[in-house]
Amino acid sequence: MVQVAVTSEPLDPASLGRELNAGSAGDGAVATFTGLVRAHNQGRQVRFLEYEAYEPLAIKALKRIVSEVEAAWPDARLGIHHRIGRLEIGDASVVIVAVSAHRAAAFAACRYAIERVKQIVPIWKREHFEGGEVWLEGATADPEDQDARQAAYRTACA
Amino acid sequence: MRVTVRLFARLRDLAGTGELVRDVPEPATVRTVWASLAADIPGLAQYEQTMSVAVNAEYARMAAAVHDGDEVAFLPPVSGG
Repeated sequence: MVQVAVTSEPLDPASLGRELNAGSAGDGAVATFTGLVRAHNQGRQVRFLEYEAYEPLAIKALKRIVSEVEAAWPDARLGIHHRIGRLEIGDASVVIVAVSAHRAAAFAACRYAIERVKQIVPIWKREHFEGGEVWLEGATADPEDQDARQAAYRTACA
Repeated sequence: MRVTVRLFARLRDLAGTGELVRDVPEPATVRTVWASLAADIPGLAQYEQTMSVAVNAEYARMAAAVHDGDEVAFLPPVSGG
């Protein structure tokens, strides 16, 4: 099973969920987060997005997030697939699936993972909007920044 | 010695290329490579406080040593998701 992936192919949340669930010992909860390309951003009418990644490091960062989740929620299993290339409005850019015995860990692991994706995975999006284009810039990626990690954990468990 | 530099997103646009080869004197750190690059490419310097760096596809610090043949990447703030 491909637990983490960076791909130019369309994402399939159901298939990732099935793969994570295969062989499970009767877990009771699956939480899925799917991020979609929004039509509006900061008052701009978005035409499409273009994602790029530093792929070898992005894969390592995604694996790191899986390890962090396994440490914080030992009974949870996590998968993260991120798409790159040109994405149209409504396309799925990221899919995160967390499987666990109970809902609390599944929800928390899923939320933690998307927060960490936005903090430490070297992926960028260029927004093409009506009237121009701009590279969006969010967090300075630093996996060792414990404040950021704690912030993601607090958000996940709020 | 010679290193391969990788640039992404806006840094790539500013440089006009995502990959270039750079000769730097030994001993060198990531900072040596960055200083040499920023001196040649207008606009890069503004990213010094906000970017991340990687050596051979592992996150690193500006003070990290670089060696002949290494790949040094400069990463603007990320925006995945």
